Amino acid sequence: MDPIDRSIINTLQQGFPICTAPYKQVAEGLGIEEQELLARIKALLDSGILSRFGPMYHAEQMGGALTLAALKVPETEFEHIAQIVNAFPEVAHNYARDHTLNMWFVLATETPEQIMPLISKIEAQTGLTVYNMPKIKEYFVGLKLQA
Amino acid sequence: MDNIDRAIIASSQAGLPLTPEPYQTLALQIGISADDLMLRLSRMQESGIIRRIGAVPNHYKLGYQHNGMSVWDIDDDTIDQLGKLIGALDFVSHCYHRPRHLPDWRYNLFAMIHAKTADSATQQVQQIARLLGEHCHAHEVLYSTRILKKTGLRIKRK
Repeated sequence: MDPIDRSIINTLQQGFPICTAPYKQVAEGLGIEEQELLARIKALLDSGILSRFGPMYHAEQMGGALTLAALKVPETEFEHIAQIVNAFPEVAHNYARDHTLNMWFVLATETPEQIMPLISKIEAQTGLTVYNMPKIKEYFVGLKLQA
Repeated sequence: MDNIDRAIIASSQAGLPLTPEPYQTLALQIGISADDLMLRLSRMQESGIIRRIGAVPNHYKLGYQHNGMSVWDIDDDTIDQLGKLIGALDFVSHCYHRPRHLPDWRYNLFAMIHAKTADSATQQVQQIARLLGEHCHAHEVLYSTRILKKTGLRIKRK
């Protein structure tokens, strides 16, 4: 990652224009060529420095539902359980954390009614209790990580 | 939101095409005009269906090795006021009120923090603790040790 990559990452976290040639517009702001910007974004995605680039949809605003859920996974079964949980397309992300509740994942479904049956399915397949922690209130979502 | 909006979401949620005219590329896939697609994206952004269009970096790869989910046991009658205060801190990326699961889980305020060093993470937690003061009865910080999956949300095309 060089200074140009860093400025690309910082700029793209703030938003992206909706216009005919948005990469050209952003590239001009950064003082580079459009083709270079495209190549660098692709490289940042391929190397995993960027995990996503595009529209971030708001699940609840689309009529969908999100919840945060946790499991107490015995250490010896951790990889196996991670595979089971990750195989559900509704699992948007999943983190290992250092706690007795050691696996934390976000579930995203198209309707609120699908959350509880999904949790039951995860419980049935893992044999573990899912601690369901849907948000009661959102105070803040956002962040710009300085690259 | 109609079926065309749903088609736009389905075709763009994995990412925006890396072509000089990405909205034209998407519009061709869906079978609408680029102008219609851009108008619909703008509307979805205004109404909050799209939070933003942009990049999501992998925290770890940017050097943020200390990503903690700080969790706090707060009096229910003060949580809304305190949640807003904590959410406004510049190192907090997400701040939510979530349910307790007594007796296993006593925490009801969640604040995600991000730092490049362990010291800096500790300072962030101390800063939150000072702001919460006597309204906080206990707290813990759960550091992530590994990303097991990170795809963003997906909906199916109907």
